[in-house]
Amino acid sequence: MARSKALLQGVLDKNADPLVARWVELQRKALKSGQLEASELESQSKKFVKALQSAVVSGDIESINTPAWAEVRDLLEEVTRARALQGFSPSETATFVFALKEPLFEYLRRECGKDADKLADEIMTASTLLDQIGLYTTEMYQKSREQIIQRQQEEMMELSTPVVQLWRGILALPLIGTLDSARTQIVMENLLQEIVKTEAEIAIIDITGVPTVDTLVAQHLLKTVEAARLMGADCLISGIRPQIAQTLVHLGVELNVVSKATMADALSLSFRRIGKVVIDRKTKKESGISESAAD
Amino acid sequence: MNIEKTETLNIRSGEDIVRVRQNVRTKALAIGLSLVDQTRIITAASEIARNTLDYGGGGTVQVDIVSVSVRKGLRLIFNDTGPGIPDIARALEDGYTSGGGMGLGLSGAKRLCSEFDIRSEVGKGTTVTLIRWK
Ligand SMILES: Nc1ncnc2c1ncn2[C@@H]1O[C@H](COP(=O)(O)OP(=O)(O)O)[C@@H](O)[C@H]1O
Ligand SMILES: [Mg+2]
Repeated sequence: MARSKALLQGVLDKNADPLVARWVELQRKALKSGQLEASELESQSKKFVKALQSAVVSGDIESINTPAWAEVRDLLEEVTRARALQGFSPSETATFVFALKEPLFEYLRRECGKDADKLADEIMTASTLLDQIGLYTTEMYQKSREQIIQRQQEEMMELSTPVVQLWRGILALPLIGTLDSARTQIVMENLLQEIVKTEAEIAIIDITGVPTVDTLVAQHLLKTVEAARLMGADCLISGIRPQIAQTLVHLGVELNVVSKATMADALSLSFRRIGKVVIDRKTKKESGISESAAD
Repeated sequence: MNIEKTETLNIRSGEDIVRVRQNVRTKALAIGLSLVDQTRIITAASEIARNTLDYGGGGTVQVDIVSVSVRKGLRLIFNDTGPGIPDIARALEDGYTSGGGMGLGLSGAKRLCSEFDIRSEVGKGTTVTLIRWK
């Protein structure tokens, strides 16, 4: 294998510039126009060939997991992460490595002249190396995507738990989605903070958007209600759909909290509690969403 | 009893429990369970899946669409190789919990199903079977 290494090293030393030029050209063909700045692509490619050169000089070319390949790996990680963030597909990302095959093999062919056996050996070695690099890129791509998804999930978690002020003294917390323990923690903290900040007397927790209320969710809800109470605010729960109410009865869960069918009903009740009424301008009569709102 | 369709899911994380609920929801819809019955079996599944994860240390659930002549049903078999339950009668009491829960999962799930079966051996694991008939 020492001979192979020498040849690959020689090719990279002698032809680095035209190799990069041809490689960049092939990459640009494979990518959609405007996906990457030409200058960025060129500088990435130049850096990579340089890193490849020094790795081939100092390390062995059988495994890219050795310390000599650290710089190459770092560069791959950087390039791949940037592409994953920009929304490149896995194959678009892998072009970075695979487009290098053609020009590299071409220069190996020129070097080997008419020696077909030698050429086959050389191409086999280089190909194995590039495959390893390609696989590494795919792994990095996968890892980057997972990180992106996790970050988005974390962002979603906070996004989907807004506390809104409906009136002075009245807060609403429309819950949407699955209430697992991690999210409930955030929801609870947000709510308590807002209660303190706005000096709210009433917090309406709306669960219209919670698909399943099992005993864990019920327990979370009750803890939230309890904590709000300690901060001086009473909670109302709205949006308990009939099938969920029935299921809770079967489970044996009692939500010892005033509940209303809709957020509007809960708001009507809240107005009464803080001593406000809504008057219809024409009839001069008090107006509510429904009869039940008056209880 | 015929098994018309079967699928096994892992229960190793909180996200897996969400997936179990979604899978049960899809199949409950497919066999035409009413909205109330869908909610019952999904909630029961959620309870037992949570126990499988929290007390059983993780496991699996086999989700089957079953039938007896023209009647269809959804059968869920939860399995773990955790510590097992030393006193099943006690575990089934309303309000009994060894882990700070509400202690209503097992008993509640039993009330939410048409058929309920639990087998457990200390040191070997626990199997809970739920069926909701249409
Ligand atoms: N799969 C299991 N493996 C071991 N113990 C279990 C399992 N499922 C339930 N248990 C025991 O039964 C008790 C009651 O369960 P459950 O009614 O769901 O209440 P909770 O989950 O609130 O504790 C649990 O606290 C636990 O001790
Ligand atoms: Mg439980």
